[in-house]
Amino acid sequence: MTDIRYLSARTLDEAISAFAAAGSAARILAGGTDLLVQMRSGAVKPGLIVDIKKIAEMTDIEETASGGFRVGAAVSGMVLAEHPRFGKVWPGVLEAVNLIGSKQVQGRASAGGNLCNGSPAGDSVPAMIAAGATVTVQGPNGRREMKVEEVPAGPGRTNLKPGEILVSFALPPRPKGSSDAYLRMIPRTEMDIAVVGVGVSLTLKDGVCTAARVGLGAVAPTVLLVEAAAKALIGSKLDDAALNAAGAACSAACRPIDDKRGTIAYRTKVAGVLLKRTAAIAAKRAKGN
Amino acid sequence: MNIVTDNKWIGQRTIRPDGADKVTGRAAFAADTNMPGMIWGKVKRSPHPHARIISIDTSKAEALPGVKAVVSARDIVDFPIDKSVMLGIQDMRWMCRNVMAREKALFPGHPVAAVAATTEAIAAQGCDLIEIVYEVLPWSVEIDDALKPDAPILHDFMKFEGKPSNIGGKLEVKKGDVAQGFKEAEVIVERSFTTRPVHQGYIEPHACLVSVGADNKTTIWSSSQGQFMVRAMTAYLTGIPQSDIRAIPAEIGGGFGGKTIVYLEPLATLLAKKSGRPVKMVMTREEVMRATGPTSGSKSTVKIGARKDGTIVAAQGTFYLQAGALPGSPIRGAVGCSFSPYDIPNVLSVGFDVLSNRSKVAAYRAPGAPIGAYAVECVLDELAEALKMDPLELRLKNAAKQGTKAAHGPVFPRIGYIETLEAAKAHPHYSAPLGKLQGRGVASGFWFNAGGESSAQVNITEDGNVVVTTGHPDIGGSRAAIANICAELLGIDYRRVSVLIGDTATIGFSNLTGGSRVLFASAMVVTQSADKVISTLRERAAKIWEIDPEAVKWENGAAHPASPNAGQFEPLTLADLAAKAPSMGGPIGAGVQLNTEGAEGGFGTHICDVEVDVELGIVRVIRYTAVQDVGRAIHPGYVEGQMQGGVAQGIGWALNEEYIYNKDGKVDNPGFLDYRMPVCSDLPMLDTVMVEVPNPKHPQGVKGVGEVPLVPVMAAVANAVHNALGMRFYSLPMSPPKVLAALEGDGRAEAAE
Amino acid sequence: MSKLHVSTTINGEPMEFLCEPGDTMLDALRGPLGLTGSKEGCASGDCGACSIMLDDRLVCSCLMLSAEAEGRDIRTIEGMAHGENLHPLQQKFLEMAALQCGICTSGMLVASDALLRKNPKPSEEEVRFWLAGNLCRCTGYDKIVRAVLETAAEMQEAAQ
Repeated sequence: MTDIRYLSARTLDEAISAFAAAGSAARILAGGTDLLVQMRSGAVKPGLIVDIKKIAEMTDIEETASGGFRVGAAVSGMVLAEHPRFGKVWPGVLEAVNLIGSKQVQGRASAGGNLCNGSPAGDSVPAMIAAGATVTVQGPNGRREMKVEEVPAGPGRTNLKPGEILVSFALPPRPKGSSDAYLRMIPRTEMDIAVVGVGVSLTLKDGVCTAARVGLGAVAPTVLLVEAAAKALIGSKLDDAALNAAGAACSAACRPIDDKRGTIAYRTKVAGVLLKRTAAIAAKRAKGN
Repeated sequence: MNIVTDNKWIGQRTIRPDGADKVTGRAAFAADTNMPGMIWGKVKRSPHPHARIISIDTSKAEALPGVKAVVSARDIVDFPIDKSVMLGIQDMRWMCRNVMAREKALFPGHPVAAVAATTEAIAAQGCDLIEIVYEVLPWSVEIDDALKPDAPILHDFMKFEGKPSNIGGKLEVKKGDVAQGFKEAEVIVERSFTTRPVHQGYIEPHACLVSVGADNKTTIWSSSQGQFMVRAMTAYLTGIPQSDIRAIPAEIGGGFGGKTIVYLEPLATLLAKKSGRPVKMVMTREEVMRATGPTSGSKSTVKIGARKDGTIVAAQGTFYLQAGALPGSPIRGAVGCSFSPYDIPNVLSVGFDVLSNRSKVAAYRAPGAPIGAYAVECVLDELAEALKMDPLELRLKNAAKQGTKAAHGPVFPRIGYIETLEAAKAHPHYSAPLGKLQGRGVASGFWFNAGGESSAQVNITEDGNVVVTTGHPDIGGSRAAIANICAELLGIDYRRVSVLIGDTATIGFSNLTGGSRVLFASAMVVTQSADKVISTLRERAAKIWEIDPEAVKWENGAAHPASPNAGQFEPLTLADLAAKAPSMGGPIGAGVQLNTEGAEGGFGTHICDVEVDVELGIVRVIRYTAVQDVGRAIHPGYVEGQMQGGVAQGIGWALNEEYIYNKDGKVDNPGFLDYRMPVCSDLPMLDTVMVEVPNPKHPQGVKGVGEVPLVPVMAAVANAVHNALGMRFYSLPMSPPKVLAALEGDGRAEAAE
Repeated sequence: MSKLHVSTTINGEPMEFLCEPGDTMLDALRGPLGLTGSKEGCASGDCGACSIMLDDRLVCSCLMLSAEAEGRDIRTIEGMAHGENLHPLQQKFLEMAALQCGICTSGMLVASDALLRKNPKPSEEEVRFWLAGNLCRCTGYDKIVRAVLETAAEMQEAAQ
């Protein structure tokens, strides 16, 4: 018999203490778009499911006084899209979150779930990394902050400690002339897991790139922060030479596998192509800002 | 036979009779049905691609509380290898081994036992408790591996040219003398092609609900393309006589050929019999993808020779198609259809049925023909290029027409192939401008179509309306078309005709829904039944008027005197005569059962535009026009629908669909995430042109339309890609990694300026 | 073995049911609730045949635990028509032959309705991308997209 218990926690403390007490048999339920699929396939057999969608801190979106955002880990893509300002400030993060699955999935799936699922191909992660987002994590031993790129540990694994729950994302205030973009390669037009995903966030001042971050997904056991690619963009006018160099840096950073979604050769090549396209979109948006 | 051309209902886009239920969620599909006392069945499946079954111990499963019955191969009737028992095109020797492994498990997912229990979870647990000892054997999946000299042989009894082999059969079609023919050719193109196995992709998994009484009286409710086939196969496999089995076809959520055999029904029947409870079995998507018959992967070589003026003088094709673990790949379609659109004096077409450790293939929309057409239509495109001829002109020059002897034997009667070519040529799509990295391709195709057995009843209700019962599950809109025809014949409003699909107890024998035959066959028997009803109506009116029945005509839903000489009488409507029926000889109705004949093959010519992202290798179809000779579009909306559906499936087959195997010989993508069928945003609008060349042998001129639409598509897409890139792809799918690799190899994977 | 007792509102009606904690909303709809209009095509959120509205949000019922329905507002295909009056989308699907086998139709209608509530004047591209999560194998999507666009146009006209 399946011995699953379901708890709809009303507070973060209640969630953490139940989650920690149940140990490795417990799972957090936000949108369920990964968890329920894994339960159905038998990959995961949770003893306790902790539903955190009634916890305000995990489901609300706050704009801070300095213009940053705090986004609850369980906020769905659809809710994020309906926020009046978030998509204007972080169009890349928003489009990344809303490329996960279908409209039905976007009505439930969250950036927090996407990150904690630990898939190297999770669409939101390269954009969050490029954004320089940090996460607030809380467990039995209290609260701490982590950079998003520190969270993934390998396919299906995170660096969260036992009993810790991802509470929210913090996105920093944006300097003027900044924007971001996310592109992925999939064989169809929708509904595929990313074969390669690239997030680029940058700041332009008088046509020169003064800051940049590049996140690269689906080409390594974890999503990568590609500093070499960012370096190639910073200080340049995003001319072809700079874009090519950044693209090459992305291809060089790839450590992909051959699997049913893509080959090593294909992913490596595409990483470079996508970087150029993504950076161009981010730049166009940044010029408008 | 009269072709009626002045129609009130035929050719109208009426509301389908099953429509209201389908848009409100009321329509009862097999998994929607429940019975009191119902329990659940689950299948235990082999994890191994190839293994001898040494022992099966079901005792722990049987002891699990909640488990009510367990079955294994010993419960299923054996069909010994030395005696072929045919049911249609299926051989029961293979069917009994397909529904459950006997001596050997032959593919990962092959059923080895089944359990029925009070909940699905307990049934699954029961399956886990069954202990099976396997002797794991070496295996092969791909054609090349199965044909190697040291390939593991699946069946010791299978011999080819005197030696144990994985070749399960060979088929050859010959016309003239190809060796001589090629000598006369001034241009010859010979190419080899491969395709991957693809699945029909019906959204509804197989499901059934079976109840067996203590007296063996069995009721089967299932998702199938043939309730008579379900009854017969279940009878064969369980030993219960056909007369004790009532097979009811539920609404079917897609079939495309994949539901023309049984998987679950015999197992559920045995579980129901043993447990004394109704048993429901529903496949998961994973089970559908792993263990139901997709279609063959293939290797083909096609050689076509022509004179410089474009006359094709010789054509040769060799087609290797995968059968899966048991014999029966659709080589008949590949061998017989691929050259049929053309009048070629010398043809040799040969097919080989290759066995390997994958699920047994099942029919998929014109089985075998799309595979053969992909190869032939691509070679014709290269031939046209070499001859510097327009590809449609090349086809027109060699087109089959009335009187042409087809390579597969028959002499064509009046057909509509040339009309499809001319309509394609004249279509604005063919001359529309193309942008950068865009290309256009054309291809044609043929499918035999079929007639076969059909039964119908047309009964007049006491209030003067009509109930039509037919024998074939409706997968395309046939009920709507039947209602159109019946309303037309009886001259009444379409809404007064109710069309139902009977079960094996309530309608006479009717062959499968497949072969593009449902409307052809059922319209014929419905027409004959309606004609008899009209005769009766005229006789009854004649009696009332005291005139000769010959002097009565039936028009606009009423009996009228045929001419002023017959007398002056007020018309007698259907309602009038129905009301008088009890006192005038009884019920008004008629039934007809026939083995219908006169089905003719259909032709299609398609135009496809693609655009290629050369940096990522992604091909997108941006415009598509399918032209087909449809005989007579009784309900144009559903004929268009068949065309559009077939095109969408072909685009998936051409670009992204394929079975991917891991290194252990197991399917790596058994779900809709990684088995990539076209989604809504992948496709443009799909334009259709219906060319009506009525079938002279059918009362309404009907020709089968359902299967032809899939046949030309892959070649049309491949030829379009060639037009866009100047490179040919000889293997499907043309997925991004393959396209990009080819572009890089060619030094052209750079963005265009 | 302890089942959960869930109180919810379905198609405007208060309803209660028992379920296992691990059951999905689709299991509950098709099982104890007897609402078989939502279909299971894949149970993994890839086909959309199980689409429902959860508090005015389009979701796959196979990706939601039935326990989550507690206190929520659920709308399924069964609630789309009002008695004998079909929703304009349902009527248009019938008129334009936008269905064949019908297995995807429930999900397609629920999803299309969700689109028109959010975006009453979608473009063809918007319709196609919105419905990307609803697989259809019979129609090639052409008539479905046309039916949604026509319904949108008619509803806009009616609103004027």
